[in-house]
Formats: sequence, structure tokens, C-alpha cells
Amino acid sequence: MTGDPSMRNRAVDWWVGIFVLLGIAALAVLAFRVGNLSGFQYGEGYVLHADFNNVGSLKVRSPVKLGGVTVGEVTGIRIDPKTFQAEVSMRIEPQLKLPVDTGASIYTQGLLGEQYIALQPGGMPQDLKPGGTITLTQSAVNIDQLIGQMVFSKAEGGSGSSGSGSGASAIPNPPGQ
Amino acid sequence: MTALEFIPELGRVVRESVPRLGAASRFLLLGLGRVVHRHFSIQQWLRQVYGFGVLSLALMVVAAFFTGMVLGFQGYYALVRFGATSALGTLVALSLLRELGPVLTALLFAGRAGSALTAEIATMKATEQLSAMEMMAVDPLAWVVSPRLWAAVFTVPILCVIFDLVGIFGGYLIAVPVLGVDSGTFWSQMQSNVSFRGDILNGLFKALCFGLVVAWIAAWQGYSAKPTAEGVGNATTRSVVAASLAVLGLDFILTALLFS
Repeated sequence: MTGDPSMRNRAVDWWVGIFVLLGIAALAVLAFRVGNLSGFQYGEGYVLHADFNNVGSLKVRSPVKLGGVTVGEVTGIRIDPKTFQAEVSMRIEPQLKLPVDTGASIYTQGLLGEQYIALQPGGMPQDLKPGGTITLTQSAVNIDQLIGQMVFSKAEGGSGSSGSGSGASAIPNPPGQ
Repeated sequence: MTALEFIPELGRVVRESVPRLGAASRFLLLGLGRVVHRHFSIQQWLRQVYGFGVLSLALMVVAAFFTGMVLGFQGYYALVRFGATSALGTLVALSLLRELGPVLTALLFAGRAGSALTAEIATMKATEQLSAMEMMAVDPLAWVVSPRLWAAVFTVPILCVIFDLVGIFGGYLIAVPVLGVDSGTFWSQMQSNVSFRGDILNGLFKALCFGLVVAWIAAWQGYSAKPTAEGVGNATTRSVVAASLAVLGLDFILTALLFS
């Protein structure tokens, strides 16, 4: 052992203290950033809302895309107790000004991938204000429902009953039918 | 070896190893229990935490970083065929938190700190320092063994949580800037599939168990080593081999218990 023993002990105390703090900090970051202990808000931008009939498996922090480019993320999903619609809040990059007739749809990345919100900008001269609501929305496609409707429409078509039944909404029929 | 020689040989092995296991268990309980002994020194414990933890930190960070980056590459390779690269964050995080973090931390700990611990205690025994302590009425279990056991139990979970975090960061660095996975998807998929209690805390509990087992094996191998230069060398080798195998075996049992 070299030097003054008490000084040496103090240095060890310091390093152990720093080590323990590092551990606690790492646990906190893991808990909030990796685990789902709480929403960890960051970034800047303005908030928009959109009401959907069905959000599918959309989640908080799912991407919001415009023309395939990520321009924001979903910050909250809750149900509106009056209309029973899902109200999605999203944060959009501050420099991006969207027209008031912008549409929002929920699509899936790949066949089994995660769901995201795709924006389709409209042509109106007025811009959506921060906190505004997107009214033109298209809900998530429910594959089970689609398959079910397809099966039923096939069954109805085979038995020769009226063709314009429930299957019409699942598979877009030619207009002349 | 003929069958007739095999049977007494088996008996000899059992007759030697069972009491040895008993003595090792008694050693562990006495060592842990000496935390309330008057010769247990917090200063000694702090010094061991410094040696085991602070000085292992650089090794852990480098190892974790490369582990995370490899996980990112390899996971992407497997997932991209199914168009499911959005699950890469979940894959990296769960692999690290549940298995790789605790196990690799414990294996590195056994190699870096466990071997040194065995060699230190075995050398103390070979140079009769332990006997000298007993002559001075200082309990070597309380003064030497107990602080080391408790320091390992305390240190390995902290090292593991740092390993997890650095590993996930390494995976992120490969997934998002290099392979072009969407950053929001990476984190949101991770957050929605990782549970704090089920994955993070269970992983740390694993690390705590591994720390105890590695320190137990290392301290016992040192304490029961032959008091010769060759004995010290053999004990150190046995310590690393036995601790590594024990970690891997115990990991299987803990995974079956905690995550099934």
C-alpha cells in the first residue's frame, strides 16, 4: 500500500460510489427507455389528433409517415367515451405544415410487421393548427375480418344468392355489378 | 479400466466428493453469516467492490458493446427474410436482458475476478497468512472471505445492468444507422414487449445468483487449495472451469423457473 492510507480509502469510496450511481442510472434508463414503466417523452414538434374506428395493433411510439418518410410518432392512444372512437395523438416535426384536408390511414409494414400511420396531404390552402384534428381517417385493416368476409362472399356467390351482400365491402366489386 | 475397477473407483469419487460438497456448503453459510462478525470490515468490502466492480467495468463495457452489435447484425439477418425487422429491438433487448447479460457478465466475472480471488486466497493459505490470522485471533472467514462473497453478490447485478444497457445501445447503433431499421419502431417494439419486473428484474436476480455462485466456488477453491505453488495454480484453473460450468448449468435451471 502506498501513500496515506486514509487518502487511499477515500479514493476507493469515491470510485465505489460512482460505480453504484452508474448502476442505478443504468437501471433507471433500462426501466424507462427499454421497459414499459412509463412513457419517456422526448423530441419536439406539434401535436395532432385523429379519430379512428379501429387502430388495430398501433402502439405508442409507432412511426407516423408521409410518403414513406418518418415525420413523427404516435404519443398517445385512448378511447373517446362519447363516440367510442379511438383518439390517436401524434407528434409531427415542427417544420412540416399539413393542409387541413390531410388524411390519415393505418397501414402495416410488410405482411407481419408493425403498424404505422400514413399521412396523405390534401390541397387546401389552410394549414392544420397545432392541437388540430385530422378528420379524414381510414382504420386499420383487420385481416381476420377480411378473410371472414371473403369466405362468406364466396359462399354466397356459390349458392347463387344476391351477390351484393356483406362481401361487397371486403372486395371492391366493379361498379357495374 | 475394467468394470471391476470401475465400481470401487465410483465409490471413492462419491465418498470424497459428497463430504467436500458439505464442507463447501458450510463454508458458504459461515462466510455469508460472518457479515455480523466484529472482524467484518466495511472498508474491506468496499475495497473488494472496487476491485471486482470498478476495475472490471472497462472489460464489461467493451464486451457488451460488441455483443450488442453482433446481436443486431445476426438478428437482422434472421428477421429480414420474414420482413419482420421491426422486431429487432425486441430481439436484442430480450436476448440481453434475459440471457446474455447475466450469463456473459458472470462468465467474464469468473474469468477476471473469480480467478484472482482464488489465487489470492490460495496464496494467503500457501504463505500461511490465514494461519497467522488465526494465531492473532482474527477470523479469516470474517476478515477475508465474507467481504469478498458479499462484494460479488453486490457487484455482479450492477455490472449486469450496465452490460445490458451498453449492449442494447450497441444493437441500436447497428440496427438504426447501419441497417436502416426505423428508430421509433426499434424502441416502441422494445418497450411494448419488455416488462420491467418479468424481464429486467428477473435478469438481475439471475445475475445476483451467478455472483454468489462464482464467488462461492472461487473462494472455496482458494480456501481448500493445496498450500503449494502448484496447488495455487490448480485451484485457479479449477475455479474458472467450475464457476463457468456452474453458471451455465444454473442459468438453465433459473430460466426454467423464472421465465416458464
